[in-house]
Amino acid sequence: MNPNMRHVPDTLGTPWGKRVKSWEMLLLLVGLAIFAINSFASPYFLNAWNLSDATFNFTEKAMIAFAMAMLIIAGEIDLSVAAIIALASTLMGYAASFGFGASELVVIGLLVGLACGAFNGVLVTVFNLPSIVVTIGTMSLFRGLSYIILGDGAYTKYPAEFSFFGQGYVWWVFSFELALFAIMALIFGVILHRTNFGRAVYAIGNNPVAALFSGIRVARVKFILFLLTGLTSGIAAVCLTSRLGSTRPSIAFGWELEIVTMVVLGGVNILGGSGSITGVVLAAFIMGLVTFGFGLLNVPGIVMSIFIGLLLIGVIGIPRVFAPKSRKVE
Amino acid sequence: MIKTWLKSREILLTGIMLLLLAAIALRFPAFVAPDNLANVFNDTSILIILALGQMIVIVTRCIDLSMAANLALTGMAIAMLSQAMPGIPVPLLIVLALLVGAALGSINGLLVWKAHIPPIVVTLGTLTIYRGIIFIISSGEWINAHEMTDAFKAFPRIEILGQPMLSWIAVAVIAAFVVLVSRTSIGRAFFAVGGNPHAAIYTGIDVGYTRFVAFTIAGALSGLAGYLWVARYAVAYVDIAGGFELDVVAACVIGGISIAGGIGSVGGAVLGALFIGIIKNALPVVDISPFWQLAISGTAIILAVAFNARSERSKGRVILKKADGAA
Repeated sequence: MNPNMRHVPDTLGTPWGKRVKSWEMLLLLVGLAIFAINSFASPYFLNAWNLSDATFNFTEKAMIAFAMAMLIIAGEIDLSVAAIIALASTLMGYAASFGFGASELVVIGLLVGLACGAFNGVLVTVFNLPSIVVTIGTMSLFRGLSYIILGDGAYTKYPAEFSFFGQGYVWWVFSFELALFAIMALIFGVILHRTNFGRAVYAIGNNPVAALFSGIRVARVKFILFLLTGLTSGIAAVCLTSRLGSTRPSIAFGWELEIVTMVVLGGVNILGGSGSITGVVLAAFIMGLVTFGFGLLNVPGIVMSIFIGLLLIGVIGIPRVFAPKSRKVE
Repeated sequence: MIKTWLKSREILLTGIMLLLLAAIALRFPAFVAPDNLANVFNDTSILIILALGQMIVIVTRCIDLSMAANLALTGMAIAMLSQAMPGIPVPLLIVLALLVGAALGSINGLLVWKAHIPPIVVTLGTLTIYRGIIFIISSGEWINAHEMTDAFKAFPRIEILGQPMLSWIAVAVIAAFVVLVSRTSIGRAFFAVGGNPHAAIYTGIDVGYTRFVAFTIAGALSGLAGYLWVARYAVAYVDIAGGFELDVVAACVIGGISIAGGIGSVGGAVLGALFIGIIKNALPVVDISPFWQLAISGTAIILAVAFNARSERSKGRVILKKADGAA
């Protein structure tokens, strides 16, 4: 290898002028604006406990969104995450009905998540199948298994200690979920932005063939990403099940789309190759604040979803409409 | 000759379906009685109509996840219109449903064409927006059977030559698609755009416009399906056909339409939809809980994708491997 290559920095230092115009800055401004508007619109908004409650709107989804962001950056997608939650939650409920304790339930939830992620990963990397269809299939399969086990019934008997993961507080208004969200944001941020693995993820997303020829084990990296997505879905399943205290097969229905929305809103290119964990964190807060603020104003949830939909199309579309001409077809 | 026949997906899928029907018939001969099969077809009509719309969208390398939301919104709008003005004849309502659906579909198309937003993002967005709009226009209320006019509800059931109108509409849409895909230039353009967008540009095809047309047609069919759904089940509310967009994609995938674009056929889409329809209708007959249906169609999708991938292996890869070996 040419020794002169050694000192070429792999990223150019980002000047402040550019940083101010970045996507994350735009998200931050949008977030602050929504925060300000909410504070004026409702007297109940600026209250530590209310704000703390508001975080439950997004923490579970955001946990999955971190892993999903990496998966999308690598050019794949996993639409089965909500179904993994359903299956993990169902099997936890099944185990709880046999009297398993809280710690065993957590292990079961995480293992189910990992197993589902591994299943997706094998189908995509070993059999070389397109992830969007594979995970549409496994989405039906995982939730279908949940329906087979539960039918129209529900599991509601969970041990008392199990409620900590979704309802417990670590300090003052900071819930266990919020703390976990922060820790996971940090871990995923470090993995994606500070490790070789993270660089490999970007390389694969930009050009999988070139990545392969430059010595990156593309299939293995992708498989690990599917595992991570499965694992985070398992973690979210533990939190959600613990928070609700019950499991129905329809649990977390439609979350996959909200999670993808969160990731894309966070500035991750849906075609792969770029994005950041900071963006996803900000997008999570924005979606949480919007949901909570509208909730305080008695706006029905479905109207909020219009707003989220417009936000999704708006934030992606507006820069593209005003972008310079000469754009290639993907 | 036999080899090419075996390679044809449509023949293979037909074979699998015949085996499936034969297996069911062994224990429940009544299921394969012509009358019952006609019922299954009638029950699957809406899925067939939607799968055909989705097919041309997927063939152009796009995907439309908003079809079920479009169906629900158009269905609600038409039901409300009919409720407010009971005098409007049903054929006019159907034309309006086609137009409303086409308008909603063209919004997807415009965003993909002019704003260059990836189709999956566009239709994820419009999916939630359309569902939200239903809530706003209906204030979350249901429109129930007694609030619909008799003509409105009866139309899909009108019998012609012993078969209900719903089946005939599906047959008409299938026929129209056979002509569209094999006898028109836009039909060829769908495949050209999906097969190789760059080459399509050099042959003078406007890629964005072609996709716009595909989305608009898919939208119009969703609108048509919206009226048919509401009239058939005699109810309209926010969540009708919730999650149905994935059934539609599943029908296409099972029918051998490649998600990578450029590959697909009318026959495949119809057979894929019928496959799901047969499973849906057979489960209660063979006394398997309907809760199994989701897992079964999931497995069918995965198997179908695995099978498709085997027959579509790209040849480019082989060249790379050779070069790799030589170096």
